[in-house]
Amino acid sequence: MARILMEIVTPDKVVATEEVDIVTAPGVAGEFGVMAGHAPMLAGLKIGPLHYRVGDKEEWVAISGGFCEVTGKKVTFLVEAAEKAYEIDVERALRAKERAEKRLQEALAKGDRLAEARARAALQRALTRIALAERVKSGIPR
Amino acid sequence: MPNLRDIRRKIDAIKKIGQITRAMNMVAAAKLRGAQARLEQFRPYGDKYKEVIQELVSSGAVLPSQFPLTQVREVRAVGLILVTADRGLCGAFNANLIKEAESFIGEQEGQGRKVKMICVGKKGYQYFRRRGEVLEAFPDVMGKVMMQDARTIARRAMTAFLNEEIDEAYLIYGYFINVVRQIPKREKILPISFEAQEEAPERAFTGAPIYEPSPEELFEQILPMYVNTRVYAAMLETAVSEQAARMTAMDNANRACEDMVRDLTLLFNKTRQASITKELMDIVGGAEALKG
Repeated sequence: MARILMEIVTPDKVVATEEVDIVTAPGVAGEFGVMAGHAPMLAGLKIGPLHYRVGDKEEWVAISGGFCEVTGKKVTFLVEAAEKAYEIDVERALRAKERAEKRLQEALAKGDRLAEARARAALQRALTRIALAERVKSGIPR
Repeated sequence: MPNLRDIRRKIDAIKKIGQITRAMNMVAAAKLRGAQARLEQFRPYGDKYKEVIQELVSSGAVLPSQFPLTQVREVRAVGLILVTADRGLCGAFNANLIKEAESFIGEQEGQGRKVKMICVGKKGYQYFRRRGEVLEAFPDVMGKVMMQDARTIARRAMTAFLNEEIDEAYLIYGYFINVVRQIPKREKILPISFEAQEEAPERAFTGAPIYEPSPEELFEQILPMYVNTRVYAAMLETAVSEQAARMTAMDNANRACEDMVRDLTLLFNKTRQASITKELMDIVGGAEALKG
């Protein structure tokens, strides 16, 4: 089957460059998948799990917001942060989750909308990481 | 006549300083390599943002003037994000950045505009905290440049812009040309402006692309991230320049040390000879007197 070149780029490094069969990502307007021959596209991304498959090999990556560009030969994910599932520091994610929950409570109590949005985003990031790490640990793909 | 022991002590002290500056030189060289690598890695990311935004604008998918972050209005107050190092001992690096900021403030105030500052890095803040209006300072973020910090800083500037606290925002940072040359650079970041569309940019898309969600929504989402990348890039550049400047400064210090040690050793030997000669004269003089 034809493959498409996928790149996941963050400000710090290129997280992955691979010829993939399919990649599925959390778009702002809903989850979408890209395979070889996809029409050119520009899509916004939200915080969530990205998944790609090369043959029998599957990989999960936790990404936080950014966007995705599909050209004829290549799909590029530009995201502010991305970690492969097996690289996720669960301890840290759990701490981040607690912190975010506390901040969310405070923001709600104060009625600070901006802080609330930020806390929700942080919580979302932490939850994505935790969920992915667990999924990989228990060996259940999807 | 200078005392022999004093000279000896001075030579030892300078040699010790030389050891320190040599160590600092090597540390700076190592950090410079690290920082340069990070800058290189960031480039594709930063360029892509520029490319995509330009593409959205020039393909006519969005009208850039419709967005809050692109609003051009009468300028009463400008924001200045000054990026300096956290630490000194890097020659005139911080001083040059501060001087550039001063001249920027002078120009703006000459036009009757107020300048409100956001200081990134400790040195700029230390200087301007008593001299200018500082909206917010971010000291101690230059040790390891992080996207997270850049985002917070950019957000502060954007909030100020949207609240009409400021009507324009500029960056001043240390631009890295090469290891021996770093210059302060100015860059306007808000409102976000676009290069004129005379030359059609290389088309990244073939045919009509799919936009998801709408181009406007996408654009709105990308613009703040674009500002983040500008601030991040400025911080990375400054970090690289800082290390390069420190390397050069420490190199000069080493050379100065060697010169001083050489001069002092010469003086030491001369003094020693002089004192030996004097002692000899005394002895000879004494012997003559006895003979007398």
